[in-house]
Amino acid sequence: MITDLATIWAALIAFAVLAYVCLDGFDLGIGILFPFLGTRADRHLAMNTIAPVWDGNETWLVLGGGGLFAVFPLAYAVVMPALYPLIIMMLLGLIFRGVAFEFVHRTRRMQAFWEWGFAIGSMLAALAQGLALGGLVQGITVANRSFAGGTWDWLTPFSVLTAVALMTGYALLGATWLNLRTEGMPQLNARAIARPLAVGFVALIGAVSLATVFVRPEYMDRWFGWPAILYSLTVPLLVLAAAWALWTGLRDDLAGRAFLATLAIFALSFAGLGISFFPNIVPPGLTIAEAAAPDTSLKFLLVGASVLIPLILSYTAYSYWVFRGKVRPEDGYH
Amino acid sequence: MDFGISALALARAQFGFTISAHIIFPAFTIGLASYLMVLNALWLWRREPVYLRLFDYWKTIFAVVFGMGVVSGIVMSYQFGTNWAVFSDKAGPVIGPLMGYEVLSAFFLEAGFLGIMLFGRERVGPGLHMAATAIVALGTLFSAFWILSVNSWMQTPAGYGINAAGQYIPLDWWAIIFNPSFPYRLVHMVLAAYLTTAFVVGAVGAWHLLRTPQSEGAKVMFSMAMWMALIVTPIQIVAGDAHGLNTLEHQPAKIAAMEGHYESYPNGRVPLTLFGLPDDKNGRVNYAVEIPLLGSLILTHNLTTPLKGLNDFPAEDRPPAAVIFWTFRIMVAMGFAMLGVGLWSAFARWKGWLYEAKWLHRAAFVMGPSGFLAVLCGWITTEVGRQPYTIYGLLRTADSVSPLQAASVGTSLVAFVIVYFFVFGSGTFYVLRLMGKRPKDAVQVEEIGPTRSAGTTPVASTPKRPALVHKES
Ligand code: HDD
Ligand code: HEM
Ligand code: HEM
Repeated sequence: MITDLATIWAALIAFAVLAYVCLDGFDLGIGILFPFLGTRADRHLAMNTIAPVWDGNETWLVLGGGGLFAVFPLAYAVVMPALYPLIIMMLLGLIFRGVAFEFVHRTRRMQAFWEWGFAIGSMLAALAQGLALGGLVQGITVANRSFAGGTWDWLTPFSVLTAVALMTGYALLGATWLNLRTEGMPQLNARAIARPLAVGFVALIGAVSLATVFVRPEYMDRWFGWPAILYSLTVPLLVLAAAWALWTGLRDDLAGRAFLATLAIFALSFAGLGISFFPNIVPPGLTIAEAAAPDTSLKFLLVGASVLIPLILSYTAYSYWVFRGKVRPEDGYH
Repeated sequence: MDFGISALALARAQFGFTISAHIIFPAFTIGLASYLMVLNALWLWRREPVYLRLFDYWKTIFAVVFGMGVVSGIVMSYQFGTNWAVFSDKAGPVIGPLMGYEVLSAFFLEAGFLGIMLFGRERVGPGLHMAATAIVALGTLFSAFWILSVNSWMQTPAGYGINAAGQYIPLDWWAIIFNPSFPYRLVHMVLAAYLTTAFVVGAVGAWHLLRTPQSEGAKVMFSMAMWMALIVTPIQIVAGDAHGLNTLEHQPAKIAAMEGHYESYPNGRVPLTLFGLPDDKNGRVNYAVEIPLLGSLILTHNLTTPLKGLNDFPAEDRPPAAVIFWTFRIMVAMGFAMLGVGLWSAFARWKGWLYEAKWLHRAAFVMGPSGFLAVLCGWITTEVGRQPYTIYGLLRTADSVSPLQAASVGTSLVAFVIVYFFVFGSGTFYVLRLMGKRPKDAVQVEEIGPTRSAGTTPVASTPKRPALVHKES
């Protein structure tokens, strides 16, 4: 199984998506929290905490999408038209979010406009991603190697629930990130926001998990069949442990712990999705093996990826390290 | 609502619009990243503050343009799947991995070191900052390498096979990456990016020289840009000529359209059509202005090689000639105008007037956007000339499109047009305003302050007064 190239690639794409969700999660979260961040100075401070790194974070999204194109072209060709309005909405949101980092410092008259562009763009992107997640979990209609459903198939109560959950999670990531990277009033404010979000996020994860099992019958088997049952029994406990770490981290002013605990909750939920999906890449019918490009393609890209991904991770870590520590109002990253 | 237009036509319009918007930014950032690298190296080497001032001046502009390049690029990478799903399914195994390499080897590199290049001089020290600047420049070139390989494969496919599902599958990666038109396209595009940047920098320098002739920053910019114009334009013209020969070999219909040849010339002796109005319906060029024999000399470098005209290709395999004919001429005209400015500047430099020649400065100012125009026209020639195929000779555009409703594609097209004009229009306005300030106004070198150790906060700066702190001060 380990020698199966398609499975290795499925794991790598999953890793890219998880990396994206974790990293751009706190960027988008800051956008979602933007209206609640106190003064304009605090908002700019919040943007400055991510200004040097957001582009790198967003690149994981390009790897997730581009990687899918490269190694699972059929999945890419099916999912993109199926989620068409959401993808467009996400792209438009990301445009406003991305240009705002520079534009807010290039104009006085329109400054407020680009600030709101940052906030609303982030919200739109997060909303689109959450709805897309729900739409994907529900399943996509495929016939003759192409999407065969309707334009609005993805819009259901379930996908709305996943969207609310994801947005709450991103907001929580943003709050715990600000708690880590700022000091004084902005930090206290972030911590105060993080508490209710933490409670809400854990509750929503529970709700989504429960709903998932009922969305498609096969998910029930995959979760409660053997050996998944081991996972499905331990994972809620692990989530609760992470939630406890998060809570005490917030309480005892251990900002690093709180942030890492939030990331852990994301990773656990993501692994849960993996259980629901496997061996499909696009539920209900398209498997990893069917969607995979020929082995020659997979091998060719894997050679590079196995060298380049560790390299990327190390220089990304280096860049975070260069900009470590508390960000102060006078830093002015623009 | 279906607008009375097919989803195919709308998808084509959307692709053409979004890629045209995107290429404007890379055309500038590829060149500017290298220019910043040179400026920074000059500063470290010669220690003349003017280079540091110019670096900071162009760095701010670079940051704005780069941001627009990134967000418009992300749209492109998803657009293959949203609008060209059949194409994606079929071509993914071949071009997908190349684009995967672009992400892994170029985009991450640019993004990972951009922060350090823009904000990190005082945090990492001059050596590492120089390295980060060079890495960003390298990243933009890697990006051009891979995406042009992809595009060239779509023009001149090689090294592939076809499997039972109808997908193109890779057989020989070397042949795929270095497909027949790739070297020409890569050289031509990278030079195009350098020229585009040179003419923007030259125009900004000229503008400031016209208003404040003493400005040292303006002199340095202008002089550097004019060297580029003088040296690179002739190389570009030679490269373009070689590119044309290569296209004649692999895509003769495109060349026929570029040259406006409907009739074939079985005995060679092809004239060069300077101007005229191509008429696809009747298969001829109206009001043609021709120079005898010159067409043969340019296209085949001899007088007797036969040339096939458009009328001898099946009607369903012909590209639409008028667009190609005109965009090609605009590009070539820009090339020769650039050459003219380059030669003029050499003359002025030789005479010692370079910084006083008002008319040269005016000309250089007017030529500021010429690179963008040439790049857009060149790409339109290339891409429309590939029609009616997305993968030349293999997959027709009409067979590449996603199963979408015209209403979906139309709505998103309208959304893209509105958002792009507004957002990138604003960005262009900010960039122009930054360029309108003199390099001296943007950065005050006197404000260099003491530096603290890495990991602590650098000296204060506000939006009006960008950070300018470095260890040596
Ligand atoms: C010859 C150069 C060239 C061409 C033809 C294209 N690009 Fe591009 N692209 C670049 C050169 C470039 C660049 C220089 O690397 C950019 C421009 C500014 C930037 O941020 O990087 C970039 C950015 C950029 C990004 C954002 C990268 C990031 O997150 O940092 C994506 C996803 C794409 N492009 C994708 C595409 C696709 C799918 C194209 C074709 C359809 C395309 N580009 C044409
Ligand atoms: C960057 C500069 C580029 C420009 C300005 C450009 C321009 C265009 C234009 C104007 C069209 C529409 C042609 C028509 O429908 O008549 C088109 C089509 C297309 N191009 Fe490009 N292109 C560029 C680069 C690329 C690259 C790098 C790729 C592939 C990697 C690419 C792939 C396509 C595809 C898939 C289509 C859609 C099918 C079609 O409408 O023909 N293009 N492009
Ligand atoms: C005057 C001399 C020039 C000649 C003879 C020339 C020739 C060509 C040819 C034959 C093509 C079409 C390639 C194809 O068949 O697909 C092309 C494309 C192109 N040209 Fe030029 N060109 C010239 C000047 C320029 C200049 C000055 C620029 C920009 C600054 C430029 C930018 C481009 C671009 C971006 C493309 C599309 C990408 C490509 O196919 O390489 N060209 N050129």
